[in-house]
Amino acid sequence: MTLHLARRKTVNLVMLSLTGLCTVITAGILFFILGYLAIHGAASLNWNFFTKLPTPVGETGGGMANAIVGSAKLLFLASLVGVPIGFLGGVYLAEFGGSTFSFFVRYTTDLLNGVPSIVIGIFAYTVIVLPQKHFSTLSGGLALGVMMIPIAVRSTEEFLRAVPTSLREGAMALGASKAKTILTVVIPAAKHGILTGIMLDLARVAGETAPLLFTSFSNRFWSPGWEQPTAALPVMIFTYAIAPYEDWHQQAWSAGFVLLALVLSVNIVARIILSKKGPVPR
Amino acid sequence: MAAPSTTLARTGPSRPVRSLAQRLRGGDEIAHTITFAAAVVVLLITALLVFELYTNSSLSRAKFGWNFLVTSTWDPVAGEFGALPFIYGTVITSTLSLLLAIPLGVGAAIFLAELAPPKISDALTFLIELLAAVPSVIIGLLGVFVLIPILRTVEPAIRSVLGWTPLFQGPFYGVSLFSAGVVLAIMIVPFIISISREIILSVPGDQREAALALGATRWETTWDVVVPYARKGIMGSIFLALARSLGETMAVTMVIGNDPKIKASLFAPGYSIAAVIANEFTEATGDLYTGALIELGLVLFGLTILINAIARLLVMSTTSKGAAR
Repeated sequence: MTLHLARRKTVNLVMLSLTGLCTVITAGILFFILGYLAIHGAASLNWNFFTKLPTPVGETGGGMANAIVGSAKLLFLASLVGVPIGFLGGVYLAEFGGSTFSFFVRYTTDLLNGVPSIVIGIFAYTVIVLPQKHFSTLSGGLALGVMMIPIAVRSTEEFLRAVPTSLREGAMALGASKAKTILTVVIPAAKHGILTGIMLDLARVAGETAPLLFTSFSNRFWSPGWEQPTAALPVMIFTYAIAPYEDWHQQAWSAGFVLLALVLSVNIVARIILSKKGPVPR
Repeated sequence: MAAPSTTLARTGPSRPVRSLAQRLRGGDEIAHTITFAAAVVVLLITALLVFELYTNSSLSRAKFGWNFLVTSTWDPVAGEFGALPFIYGTVITSTLSLLLAIPLGVGAAIFLAELAPPKISDALTFLIELLAAVPSVIIGLLGVFVLIPILRTVEPAIRSVLGWTPLFQGPFYGVSLFSAGVVLAIMIVPFIISISREIILSVPGDQREAALALGATRWETTWDVVVPYARKGIMGSIFLALARSLGETMAVTMVIGNDPKIKASLFAPGYSIAAVIANEFTEATGDLYTGALIELGLVLFGLTILINAIARLLVMSTTSKGAAR
């Protein structure tokens, strides 16, 4: 009997330690990634990276200024597409929803969120690149914008739902119309949450590579306007990493470091803001 | 949990009828119409996406029919396209990633939900969710320059233990189905952990207390009572992870080896659906070639939608069960 008990206690100890080990391994991977990029990326990072164009193969130096500007332009276009549709769609689901139609919209949004990014790239390709017959910043922006929509919709909806009913009832009791209530009471109350959600959404698409490969393509030079192919940081990392040049690998590490620092700092700030406002509503 | 919006929406029709001018002044109709239009746009975009994938792959669908899915010749020069090697690579790498990620993810979720003190659990979950935010191209970068050298050094050890199976035969160059599986596992583990942890946390406390009161150890309580209770939700998190694994592009493209052959060995280079689209789309000459790649996109779309739909239903069914108690 005591032997049986001892065995059960051992199993208990061993299994519980194993679950702890799983956690340590997973969290360790993050620290490894951070540490490795910090060491290899930051080491070769210099001002040229932010101010110079890429140099031809064999010439050292040069940077990715055009890719940084390209990424910024793509994100700007993406938010023009994703934020209005996502925000208004979220308002609809939270404030006017409740029917079968809104269940359908919600489910479709979730499914759209699960569509692989490369498939969204094909979509932008068939809609813009194919008729225009050339790669463009515009098509890349559209691809990223479509990717933003589902998260913008769902996070806006969740933050609006988290606004207490009493606030709405108070406004309505004072004679405000529903539109006025939403515009002047509900949305301001949920403002911080919604903005944070959109920041997280932007951070997510900022690192997307796959949908840009055959929409905004790439460019070794500046890309004026919106109609030409443009370089973007994630695509540059990909191209430089698989190229056979040692110098390019260094640049890829620098670009990786900059991109990761950007994405993670937005994530950290956003999550801290959200946790101060209580648990994220689900 | 009655949603405030639903109750408000339902009071709408019962209000006394106002003139059109009154309603317009309040802007209610306008607000409703504008936001409704945005919701419709979401549906339209999704519909358009399916439509575009379907029509733009018509050439390839007409020429190969269902054979596209079961033949394994991929010869752009001869105009012969069969998707089997890519489907094989996608299925194998995803399966491998699940085999690695499920024990790791569920184990960590159990630790975070059942054992760790709340503060430590929250801090660790925060870190793990940050891991989910790392862009896939960066995981790929580390895969190429860090993970593959590591795998090269552990490869003889794996071979000495499992070398007798057909799965670990042949030379190991580094880029392989195996490397892709490991990279994918790293990318999906955070999803399994964060969703499973939520689900396990929502298991009612009296379930645990009852088992402990009967003399069960902490592990027995967790494994025989809590985990079975949360089973559906955990399955849901695994399906969500699978859907992500199937569609993951960049990291896989960088380490899988890009070789459209079907080999039993995990050490051999392979190819996946997403990777071939990423690599060949810009080079595709001719409508048939592009059409075949778009059809691959359609296959990938169908697969992930199916898996996602199942996952959402599973997660929904557990969370509503938890909320009802």
